[in-house]
Amino acid sequence: MRDRARLALALLCAGLAPAAARAQELRVGSKAFTESVILGELTAQLAREQGREVEHVRGLGGTRLLWEALLAGQIDVYPEYTGTLMQEILAGRGVTDLAELRAELAGRGLDLTPPLGFDNTYVLGMRAQRAAELGIERISDLRRFPALSLRFSNEFMQRADGWRALAGRYGLPHEDVRGLEHALAYEAIARGAIDVTDLYATDAKILALGLRSLEDDLGHFPAYRALFVYRRDLAERAPELVAALRGLEGRIDARAMMRANAAVEVGGESEAAAAAGLLARALGIEAEVVERGLAASLWRHTLEHLRMVGLSLLAALLAALPLGVLAARVPRLSQPILGAVGVIQTIPAIALLVLLIRPVSWVTDELGAPQAVVALFLYSLLPIVRNTHAGLRGIAPELRESAIALGLSSRARLWRVELPLASPLILAGIKTAAVINVGFATLGGFIGAGGYGEPIFTGIRLNDYGTILQGALPAAALALAVQGAFDLAERLLVPRGLRLAHVP
Amino acid sequence: MQVAASAVPAFELTRVSKRFGAVQALRDLSLRVEAGCTLALIGPSGCGKSTLLRAMNGLSTPERGEVRFEGRALTAESAPGMRRRMGYVVQSGGLFPHLTAAANVTLLARHVGLAAARVESRLAELSELVRLPRAALERYPCQLSGGQCQRVGLMRALMLDPSVLLLDEPLGALDPMVRAELQVELRELFRGLARTVVMVTHDLAEARFLGRRIVLMRAGEVVQDGSYAELVERPALEFVSDFVRAQRQLHDEEGAP
Repeated sequence: MRDRARLALALLCAGLAPAAARAQELRVGSKAFTESVILGELTAQLAREQGREVEHVRGLGGTRLLWEALLAGQIDVYPEYTGTLMQEILAGRGVTDLAELRAELAGRGLDLTPPLGFDNTYVLGMRAQRAAELGIERISDLRRFPALSLRFSNEFMQRADGWRALAGRYGLPHEDVRGLEHALAYEAIARGAIDVTDLYATDAKILALGLRSLEDDLGHFPAYRALFVYRRDLAERAPELVAALRGLEGRIDARAMMRANAAVEVGGESEAAAAAGLLARALGIEAEVVERGLAASLWRHTLEHLRMVGLSLLAALLAALPLGVLAARVPRLSQPILGAVGVIQTIPAIALLVLLIRPVSWVTDELGAPQAVVALFLYSLLPIVRNTHAGLRGIAPELRESAIALGLSSRARLWRVELPLASPLILAGIKTAAVINVGFATLGGFIGAGGYGEPIFTGIRLNDYGTILQGALPAAALALAVQGAFDLAERLLVPRGLRLAHVP
Repeated sequence: MQVAASAVPAFELTRVSKRFGAVQALRDLSLRVEAGCTLALIGPSGCGKSTLLRAMNGLSTPERGEVRFEGRALTAESAPGMRRRMGYVVQSGGLFPHLTAAANVTLLARHVGLAAARVESRLAELSELVRLPRAALERYPCQLSGGQCQRVGLMRALMLDPSVLLLDEPLGALDPMVRAELQVELRELFRGLARTVVMVTHDLAEARFLGRRIVLMRAGEVVQDGSYAELVERPALEFVSDFVRAQRQLHDEEGAP
């Protein structure tokens, strides 16, 4: 069974492989926030200095995704935090210190570098001025001001060590407490609309907005010491890189990291430049920074986007048209086929992308585009299968019977009569799939697939509308162009007699 | 008029039954259609006449009984080949809207690999036979009148020179003027072709005009089988005289100023 699934995936991906970028010898991952991207970039620059071919799959959307990708060997190393490893990834395994953590990871073929020197734990932040007015320095002090408005990120509201646990530990009586999008919380606290929010210890906003972090005087928050997690085989494949990363032990303190974060989020520097600065200060290494111009990026994103949409649509056509024909011609298969492609549609896109990491890794080492292509392929099936089925079933009975009565073979009936008659609906299904695909492919930014999703996700991460628009506008334009192209194709592919019949 | 010399009947149906849910469309029905005969199936709606016609080319598969075409049993395997020797025309023409009239007529011929020159000459022959202007052949069905569509349908049915012609209410959808005109043409055509013709109609006058033999049906059974004169002069049941009277009345009313 598994072999068959593997074979099916291999066949699917065989079509994609030639167009796929050449697999790099080393791959670094990072999460979708500035600090992680800077640390990922720093690793990539180190490897590049050592003469390695390296790819940085930046800004992947979520811990679980990176973890899966690391286990599957699609990335070799990424920056992580001790707290996340112990409380989230290995939750329930009772891991409390670094030695236990290393032992636990060794069983999974992974290893850790020593901590880099800063602890990016959660802190509560207030505007420095407001905190000084009220005389608040520690979290315990908040008890005296139950009327303050507290707004936390949705993640903090839900985490095991988040608001509920914190309030219990400190006996905080506040009632005006709600979840809020993190980016909005920053804006609100800067305007004075809210008093307290959750921050990271190295948050650039602490510098930028003049915030003060309150001391965790009861030691509630676990430590989130930054380090790198890597596959054990990396030590054999690139021993000098692992040595260099281990050499970063204690070299980056919270202040240095905060400054690097601020350089990107406030100063508008690229992550690459910030990483180079950090590297120069920490190890005295001058790394080369590769920056791309706007036009070059747009061109690259367009090609990546078109490749994802084109390949997935092509694969979907090859699979969905026969499935649609089968569903229409074999009544007992119609419900199973339509049901199956319908169920696929209900899987949330992000979940599907994560689910696909491991199966796709059996076929290709590349992370990002192949998963996105497979996901887009799966989502494209429904509109094409359904419209093909509906188009064929919707043919007037007297026409279907005329074709039978004429003495045409089953195959000739399909090709000469039924498919041409169903062609307007089939094309409409393909058009729907293509236009939806253009939009959906932006979600590829979530797993580092490139395309227009990359600037969109980067922009969301940096709260930078200009960068978001660099992805969103071309994506919208491409969707319109695809729509136009299919309208044109309709004129060429739908038989003239059918088009005439629909004009009164 | 020519009469086919062969002793093998065109169709021979033996104790054929077909049911659609609660409706018994054909009830243990047997019928022999001699080669060269022009037969009209008639009866009130729901009597099973269309089902009977469709059983002859296998569009409808009886639950019981046997259909033989030119001496051989009509089965799922033999049907596709046999259908090429049966022309079939339905009420609305059944023309494929995505093909021009000419492409509709020649579709099967091209599929079976008939030489292009032969296809062309046959097309010219047939358009003359059914009196369709050559220009109409390049139009799409939606650009043709109802009468023209029926002429194209006839051409398509006759393309491979079939031995029998099955027509299911071929004139049912036409206005009275065109209908009368086509009735005359069809009669000439049938005489000229000297083929076996089985035609479904609900109009006794049309059946009388076009068919030499009339089969009157009710509730899936043959009530009377014979000439028009026999139907009128020697009705087998009261239902037959009722049916004849009702049909005549209808025509008198239609004919009234």
